[in-house]
Amino acid sequence: MEWETVIGLEVHIQLATQSKIFSGAATAFGAAPNTQACAVDLAMPGTLPVANEAAFRYAVMFGLAVDAEIATTSVFERKNYFYPDLPKGYQTTQLAKPIVGRGHVDVQLAGGDSKRIRIHHAHLEEDAGKSLHEDFHGMSGIDLNRAGTPLIEVVTEPDMRSAEEAVACARKLHSIATSLGICDGDMSQGSMRFDVNISVRPRGDKTLGTRTETKNLNSFRFIEEAIKLEVARQIDLIEDGGRVVQETRLYDGDSKTARSMRSKEEANDYRYFPCPDLLPVVLEADYIDAIAKQLPELPDARQSRFVNEYGLSTYDAAALSSDAAGAAFFEALVAACGDAKQAANWLMGEVSARLNADERHIKDSPVSAAQLGGLIARVLDNTISGKMAKQVFEVMWKDGGDADTIIANQGLQQVSDTAALEAMVDAVIADSAKQVDNYRNADPAKRPKMLGYFVGQIMKASKGQANPQILNKILLKKLEPKNK
Amino acid sequence: MERADIEKLAELARIEITDATIDEVTRSITEVLQLVDQLQTADTQGVEPMAHPLDAVQRLRSDTVTETDQHAAFQNLAPAAEAGLYLVPKVIDQSDLIGTVE
Amino acid sequence: MHDQTIAELSRGLADKAFSCEELTRHYLERIQRLDTAYNSFISVTADAALARARAADAERAAGTAAPLCGIPIAHKDIFCTRGQRTSCGSKMLDNFVPPYNAKVIDNFDNAGCVSLGKTNMDEFAMGSSNENSFYGPVKNPWATDSVPGGSSGGSAACVAARLAPAATATDTGGSIRQPASHCGVTGLKPTYGRVSRWGMIAFASSLDQGGIITRTAEDAALLLAVMAGFDARDSTSVERPVPDYTEHLSDSIEGLKIGVPAEYFGAGLDAGVGAAVEAAIEQYEALGAQIKTISLPHSNLAVPAYYVIAPAECSANLSRFDGVRYGYRCDNPKDLADLYKRSRGEGFGAEVKRRILVGTYALSAGYYDAYYNKAQQVRRLIKQDFVTAFTEVDVVLGPTAPAPAFRFGAKSDDPVAMYLEDIYTTPVNLAGLPGLSLPCGQVAGKPVGLQLIGNYFEEARLLNIAHQFQLATGHHLQAPQGI
Repeated sequence: MEWETVIGLEVHIQLATQSKIFSGAATAFGAAPNTQACAVDLAMPGTLPVANEAAFRYAVMFGLAVDAEIATTSVFERKNYFYPDLPKGYQTTQLAKPIVGRGHVDVQLAGGDSKRIRIHHAHLEEDAGKSLHEDFHGMSGIDLNRAGTPLIEVVTEPDMRSAEEAVACARKLHSIATSLGICDGDMSQGSMRFDVNISVRPRGDKTLGTRTETKNLNSFRFIEEAIKLEVARQIDLIEDGGRVVQETRLYDGDSKTARSMRSKEEANDYRYFPCPDLLPVVLEADYIDAIAKQLPELPDARQSRFVNEYGLSTYDAAALSSDAAGAAFFEALVAACGDAKQAANWLMGEVSARLNADERHIKDSPVSAAQLGGLIARVLDNTISGKMAKQVFEVMWKDGGDADTIIANQGLQQVSDTAALEAMVDAVIADSAKQVDNYRNADPAKRPKMLGYFVGQIMKASKGQANPQILNKILLKKLEPKNK
Repeated sequence: MERADIEKLAELARIEITDATIDEVTRSITEVLQLVDQLQTADTQGVEPMAHPLDAVQRLRSDTVTETDQHAAFQNLAPAAEAGLYLVPKVIDQSDLIGTVE
Repeated sequence: MHDQTIAELSRGLADKAFSCEELTRHYLERIQRLDTAYNSFISVTADAALARARAADAERAAGTAAPLCGIPIAHKDIFCTRGQRTSCGSKMLDNFVPPYNAKVIDNFDNAGCVSLGKTNMDEFAMGSSNENSFYGPVKNPWATDSVPGGSSGGSAACVAARLAPAATATDTGGSIRQPASHCGVTGLKPTYGRVSRWGMIAFASSLDQGGIITRTAEDAALLLAVMAGFDARDSTSVERPVPDYTEHLSDSIEGLKIGVPAEYFGAGLDAGVGAAVEAAIEQYEALGAQIKTISLPHSNLAVPAYYVIAPAECSANLSRFDGVRYGYRCDNPKDLADLYKRSRGEGFGAEVKRRILVGTYALSAGYYDAYYNKAQQVRRLIKQDFVTAFTEVDVVLGPTAPAPAFRFGAKSDDPVAMYLEDIYTTPVNLAGLPGLSLPCGQVAGKPVGLQLIGNYFEEARLLNIAHQFQLATGHHLQAPQGI
């Protein structure tokens, strides 16, 4: 039997507001426990919520970016359940009247295909706190700093048919949110979290299979791994005569396994009802229009601009434009070094590799665009070789400093002085009579390969600092058979 | 209303109803529901539900941080707190481990 | 001094007939001596009151004092008071000392008023008899074998017993007006949104409204001006200027159109109460008002709608009391579920638990439409009844409660009978209108209250109408025996 996978995403995007959605407490990450949980966040008796304008502005920006209907009237509801990270005993969220209605995103797939993924809606809600499960004499600790941080939850239609499509959609949503500046995009800190609804069905079937929900995936790699694992599990289960149970699953990225958290049969009854402490939010058309006019450049527009303005390939342009901070870094780098192709190669090569190895985001790169631009400029003007530039980059990454200083301190300038290079070449030729004879007697077509020996000897003698282009010229001239 | 219905509601509301009181609770809630069942006599066809007495709309506040750290004062009120954290019995229910909004 | 109204006390302080400290000591002494019989206070904050009174005297001496500077007042124990226990009448909050003030408390503090302490109440404001307080029932000063009404029974009783010249209160389904009626005092529930709910512990957010219990409408006018006003911290607070509520007190009510709803004089009404209200209607006619019988056809559905909506909202509002961050926590919870269930099971009283369960039911899957949604539709019909009525009349008049204060225990095992105490008061909360109860007679030595219901934000008019009645009659001057 051939199986078709059906995937929908639910994405929690933390909004980069200064204060919380219903209180004036700060949202900054990394504060000491509960120091950013004010009376409202702690659900102290008698406290009341007041909604944050920026949360609405950001939600509207997102809605406009995915070409969605913006609800002029949206309503907060209470979703009731008990958990220690939820101080009020209910989450304030939107259900019947969310702020963002139907929309869509277009994602690029390998091979150049594009696919439209429909967005069902996106709603505003508050984040919960955190339970710390390390042991306090058999107790768990609760930190409510995150409680009340504004979120939009984006719910897609089940339009994706593979892990690749789901990851492409996740990346696109990440790209849109960071480009809009409404989210810092830091997935390792939970700024964006993905729940994946997965089902399978025999190819050609119209009805959907029973789905499971794998929750709280916080990296693109985990999304991919979790989907592949779950699809295989469901197919195995059905082919062995079993059936898929609607349930919530949790994926463990370390062990690369998933397990069932609870089945939907015993699901909570959330008893949603309109929050009586908050009134319906009515956004005027003028307000929405003003936001639309100030919308920053979106990833799709930026990608075409990178192709046109910098002459990048579609692939490079897509890679460099998806992340707003990365795109800004790229543009600053081009300005600093004057060579878009070099800038692209460095970013997608060395810089990307080091960021990955250090698990850092480009906005936390220890090497700035100006620093790296200075380094690339020294390659372009032949002060150092490409190979040496990588050494300089390593130093720059670890210890900082500008390219010229590092090059000088390490004595890495290339030897481009013709007289000095000629002297070295003469010495090597004098010590290598046999190799010189072989070279001169060889078929001219084979000579370029044989040249390597001499380059190697001189690089050894010069500690790698001989300018390869000049050295090549001198070698070719001096090794040329004397009598023809 | 049966005793089991009350037990289910008590579970949802996280309220312990002791064996000594459950029959009385069941009886009184049954009576209250009979009272409120008079609502069913009303013709509400096409009537928009009314969640707020005034037809007002939400005011939005500007995105500024106005609160300062008062965790020491707040945690003085806590039955159990340590190292700036509120303490609760260790969670064993699997669903508790998700620990985040849905 | 304790027989004087706030208007009189304010003049006395201005004329230096007595000092703020003397006045405060007088009331503190009365509370200490008399309140053992009434149990109207949960906490008496004598030291803080005297310190505040001395500061008020200094302000008065310096000539910087506001008109109500140094006037003693009691606050319902539902308003959070910084550094002072705020129990809400519950074991759950017996140890709760908030580090913040309710907006209402700040307003009275800023006006220079002296807080004597916190008044007793039904737990979380749920009750019509004050029998649901963790701190024991309040006794009605007119008949100590009878209830004072609820939930603001302590506030009404302490004003009736002259233990405070005024007390703040809250009204979700009649909790100001019904105890004011049973205790022979004047109680005003303002329009929803008129008084900030910040720091007022929520029972049912779309119905709760802070207000005031005094002996006269004039005093209520003076204090409402302090209490009312926009508060940016309460999203449901209305941005609207606060008028001088005393400005129109003396206006004639000649030609006033009073609507008397036929539905408020049905089978459930005590004959003596009906007679007292009829007498009040005649009094108003004598003052030049025109009486018109009107219909509020959905009145009989107010109690059923209220007892869905209020429990539904309270079932969520009271979820925060979970034994984690403040308040009561059970001993040795064996796990998280046990912590929740026993902290809430042991910390809440029977009526609070009953309403949480009813509200949980009304919102639960499969019942939402039949109960919660239906009640919210009926709520609109009830509001519409009033909107229609106010196109024909200026004010609606009727009884506040169906009968005078009943004896302790008479209804405590019968929640439905208890809920029907609120039959004339709940429609006002559902619609969000202002309502006022003032004494209009007695039945067998127990006071009867007259209810006036005004159009939105027409508190000044209600106070004017009540004041004119009090200028012409002496019911509000009656005091319980021994006071």
